[in-house]
Amino acid sequence: MDTAYSFAAMPISNYVFPNDLHVHWSMMIVLYPYITGLVDGAFIIAALYYLFDIKTLRPVARFSLLFALAFLCCATLPLLLHLGRPERNLNMLLTPSPTSAMAGFGYIYAVSMGVLVFIVLFVYRPDLVELRVTSKGWLQFLYRAMTFDSIDLSEDALVLDKKIIRFLVGIGIPIAVVLHGYVGFIFGGVKANPTWSTPLMPVIFLFSACVSGICAIILAYIVIRKIKGRTIDHRCIKTCIKTLTLFFILAFAFEMLEVFSHSYLRTGYHHMVEGLLNGPLADSFWFWQVKIGSVIPLIILGVMGIFNIKDRLYDFMAAVVSTILLLQVFLMRWNVVIGGQLMSKSARGYTEFHPEWFGKEGILAVIIVMVIPFIILFVFSRIFPFWTTGNETDV
Amino acid sequence: MKIINPSPKMNRRSFVKKVLNGTIAGSLYLVWPMGSESLEIPEQIPGIRGREYDIHNQEFAFIVDITRCIGCGSCCVADKREYNVPDGNFRTWVERYVKGFSDEVYVDCPNGGLDGYQHPRKDITEKVRDTFFVPKLCNMCREAPCVQVCPVGATFKSPDGFVLVDEKRCVGCAYCIQACPYSARFLHPVKKVAQKCTWCYHRIRKGLLPACVQVCPTGARKFGSMKDETSEVYKILKGPGVLTVLKKEMGTFPSLYYEGARREVI
Repeated sequence: MDTAYSFAAMPISNYVFPNDLHVHWSMMIVLYPYITGLVDGAFIIAALYYLFDIKTLRPVARFSLLFALAFLCCATLPLLLHLGRPERNLNMLLTPSPTSAMAGFGYIYAVSMGVLVFIVLFVYRPDLVELRVTSKGWLQFLYRAMTFDSIDLSEDALVLDKKIIRFLVGIGIPIAVVLHGYVGFIFGGVKANPTWSTPLMPVIFLFSACVSGICAIILAYIVIRKIKGRTIDHRCIKTCIKTLTLFFILAFAFEMLEVFSHSYLRTGYHHMVEGLLNGPLADSFWFWQVKIGSVIPLIILGVMGIFNIKDRLYDFMAAVVSTILLLQVFLMRWNVVIGGQLMSKSARGYTEFHPEWFGKEGILAVIIVMVIPFIILFVFSRIFPFWTTGNETDV
Repeated sequence: MKIINPSPKMNRRSFVKKVLNGTIAGSLYLVWPMGSESLEIPEQIPGIRGREYDIHNQEFAFIVDITRCIGCGSCCVADKREYNVPDGNFRTWVERYVKGFSDEVYVDCPNGGLDGYQHPRKDITEKVRDTFFVPKLCNMCREAPCVQVCPVGATFKSPDGFVLVDEKRCVGCAYCIQACPYSARFLHPVKKVAQKCTWCYHRIRKGLLPACVQVCPTGARKFGSMKDETSEVYKILKGPGVLTVLKKEMGTFPSLYYEGARREVI
């Protein structure tokens, strides 16, 4: 059956199982992997500096850690909003089912959070020690806890801090990979849904996570520096863009590989997936995600990589490409999560999804959830200075 | 004329009291079960009632005979009444398959088949070659994906082979709904927990057939114990007839079998 034929027949044979008419995983489940993706990508930037000694990333290294932490604080919000019975959320930790991938979330999340918090505390220990000395009362007690009750800022102590940071970042990388790879696996492990059920899913999620996180750091760095009227470190942006280019090529290649594999293997469900991508998802996948969101950034990144561009223009292009790619990754999550559910398990038809505005999984809630990390980030900025000053030679 | 006073023991008040007492007593007599045996529904699955239920030594099977289903929707109505299933969600449903001479298959299931298929489809322009109805329900998989993915163990498999949902544990994440290849699950719109067909487990434990099986006028739905060699399902499953399961490639090993299912049935 060719595509045109199947669409001609769609109005009459578009049979959706009665329980498939409703899309159960809606926008909050789009948002959840988006947020963990931002965390992962931002962490990668920090890891490149603290572990792999890419010194040019120094201006954004600390900020990346705080950015990752702010978003990680909110990673559970979409899930709680999505749960039918959020008051029972601790059941996941208290009575986890060992056979379920989802049961691992609480533990993976807790470990990620713990490691990230420790990294931030060690990175900012000198600043926190300073704050501890100047503060009084309960605030001093708080800073005392945050500095592990040590005001030792001798060279030996800082060297030890550095070693601890390297160790924590070292174990942080596999944890970050597991945190987001696991999200991909949640989808990839659903054999009932042929658009999800592929071992490529965790890989696709991981690379696109790196893309979104790096883009967010680039964009946030440029925007905040511009607002504050400070200079932008061009070498840092250039390194970020190079890293971004690598991860985006990988992400896009794997995204296309999945579609190509489906269409080349032509398995039993191929026609359904093909019909989905060319039917209900024709706009959001082919036009927005692939053409606008992927091909255009690839061209821009290519131009930025090949030609010698003036610094100001380069930074502007970096901001533009980051914005487009942030949308691309969001669309990719949308097309996977919502798109995958539009296909009924009857293998005969597609359902529809219309986002609501005011529900707990509505557009307004999505906006609020996305604003909260920035508020947290603002609060962090009062305690932890984002940027290292030019005179400093180390973390 | 001298008026004779009524007896002080039988004035108006005591008369009304006696009448009322009599009425209440009489009413109670009518509703009071005089020996519970006289109202008991006969056992429908032999060997369960009055015996110790060895939960580890049970095996049940459900067979749907597609050639017998007439699409009356009685099973769907019985199911909805048994569980007060919310509108728009279905523990069981009946699909209508229409096959044209072009080999195009037209499937529909308006309102889950609850209203019965009383009229033919009017939107099919080609000549109809064949038509049949396919009742759907929980496949009670031996390797159930819903049990595997439930993060809190709310969906579980009982030792007697039933996949059940503990509503008090369910967090309403809907992962099981995504994982079920048969779309037999839904999220209860009020309770916000996952629900699905249980093959009427509460009835089975009392020796009663599932509600849908009991009301099926043609015997298209069959249920019974595989430990009972005289049961209909035992005879069919151990006999030479051709039986299929849905989506065999999913590796879920359903305990729900279809007799006479055409290859078009998914």
